Amino acid sequence: MTDLMWLVVPLALATFLTRITGYLLIARFKTMHFRLEAALDAVPTAVIAALVIPTTINGTWPEFVAISVAFILSYKLSLPWVLFLGMASLIGMRALLG
Amino acid sequence: MKMAGLLFSMARNSAMSRAVPSMRNEIRDGVRDAVPILFAIFVFGLVFGAIAVEKGFSPLEAGWFSVIVYAGASQMAAVDLFDQQVPYWSIVLTVLAVNFRFTLYSAAMHRNMAAFAGWQKYLAMAFMVDPNFALADQRARAGQLRPAYYFSLSLMMYFSWQLVTVIGAWFGALIENPDRWGLDFFLPVYFMALLMGFRARPNWLAIVVGSSAVSIPVYFLLGTPWHISAGAVAGILVGAVMAKPPHDPDQGAEGAQ
Repeated sequence: MTDLMWLVVPLALATFLTRITGYLLIARFKTMHFRLEAALDAVPTAVIAALVIPTTINGTWPEFVAISVAFILSYKLSLPWVLFLGMASLIGMRALLG
Repeated sequence: MKMAGLLFSMARNSAMSRAVPSMRNEIRDGVRDAVPILFAIFVFGLVFGAIAVEKGFSPLEAGWFSVIVYAGASQMAAVDLFDQQVPYWSIVLTVLAVNFRFTLYSAAMHRNMAAFAGWQKYLAMAFMVDPNFALADQRARAGQLRPAYYFSLSLMMYFSWQLVTVIGAWFGALIENPDRWGLDFFLPVYFMALLMGFRARPNWLAIVVGSSAVSIPVYFLLGTPWHISAGAVAGILVGAVMAKPPHDPDQGAEGAQ
């Protein structure tokens, strides 16, 4: 094992801790207040929105168009189509604008 | 007689409209749902492998890093910091900050893993990243999340990540500009589609707005990765604050007066 291989081990342990801590904390609740349950329900929406929304305004026009296309098409089309057409619009816009 | 026949056919149609939860179906669904994610992993992993080597990691070290941490965003941040001679505790802190969202996923997954044995729960959490969490949470809501689905999805992702890390480390210098194919932006497009998939959830719009209202300013003021945790906490608070108390049937008559 090189030095670097040893150095990343605590990073792995820290990451594993983040992965189980939430579970262990929640497991202690026998009953759950409805607001806590609503909070957990909100997790994927809140996190992914936080991840994605800044990218919509931080990029150039091709990125904005691609994200907007994905947004609009999601109302009607299935995931594979949304991805395909969203990426197609991205590639197209980038080719157009250079 | 007619009523019985009508009820019977309604019940039968309802049962048939849901896929039979066999292990084969679960695995099939897990593999199917993994496919779009693998695209993102291929690109992300190739880039990570190449950058890790650029920052001084050997392919073995980069591969080992991916095997034991399995969290791309934090790995990217870490290899960059290792190259900059920052204090070690600062690298640990950065990894924790980037991966804090896993704690939120972990809490949310608790009620989704009823069908998992004890050891399966820990294993499941070890393989948790953003896309399989989102899919698992949706799947749990739609019916029941089963280990066969979750692990077929997650293991495909995990092994792909390892493979492309090593390939990227070995051949990274040869990769031409992937921007032409938009591969660098595939993940945001995918995440937008996932986000839209949640819109049936209570207060979806309010949560998105709340999360964005914090995430955007933090992104520009403090930069990554703080905007993710800050936005997430804001969105979660909105969800909690706007939650409606569960309907109490005993109060129905009183409420009607």
